[in-house]
Amino acid sequence: MEKPIIEIVDIIDTSLVYGELSHAGSGGICVFVGAVREFTNKEEVVSLEFETYAKMAIKEMKKIAAEASDKWELNKIVIRHAIGVKSVQEPVVVVGASSAHRNDCFEACRFLIDTLKERVPIWKKEIFKNKSVWVSAHP
Amino acid sequence: MEILLFGIAKDIVGSAQMDLSELKSRPSSVGELKDFLCDSFPEFGRLSSLAVAVNSEYAEDAAVLEVGDEIAIIPPVSGG
Repeated sequence: MEKPIIEIVDIIDTSLVYGELSHAGSGGICVFVGAVREFTNKEEVVSLEFETYAKMAIKEMKKIAAEASDKWELNKIVIRHAIGVKSVQEPVVVVGASSAHRNDCFEACRFLIDTLKERVPIWKKEIFKNKSVWVSAHP
Repeated sequence: MEILLFGIAKDIVGSAQMDLSELKSRPSSVGELKDFLCDSFPEFGRLSSLAVAVNSEYAEDAAVLEVGDEIAIIPPVSGG
């Protein structure tokens, strides 16, 4: 597998990912984009604010990419997360993989986003009109 | 001993960093540090989870804290 592209950025450009994952040996490219949703539990979200422990987040994302390439036959991987304040509909995370056949990149893509959400030290605050909440902080 | 704080941990303590050098008995392990935090700021005990990273890796409660380690409090993560 080629060296994965792993980044934390201020703004995500979703038009880059196809070129980054495109590969002569890959018949399949699978990408997940996470974006800011307008409502949480019927409450209108004004924006999301992301912060990270960047050094550790990059390390964890590299581990996740390595685990994915052990589990599936992949040619390329992208894991990119945005930080800062994001408005409704803005992209906040892009993960994807390319592989010879579609099954590997489909399964790997799901693993990349699910594992990122479990382990990578990034925190999201939901800003509502009258309050703000750190997501998942409390049971 | 400097501790980095992120997310809700930063709000609970009211600062992005905490210096434990002045403490009479400094926590010597990850588990002791968690106990210290929950005793000093009970709000830590109400979180869904509480992890500590030593030198930017998740660390078990038994892990020993050395002078010069980079220590970070990792409240429940919520990326994506």
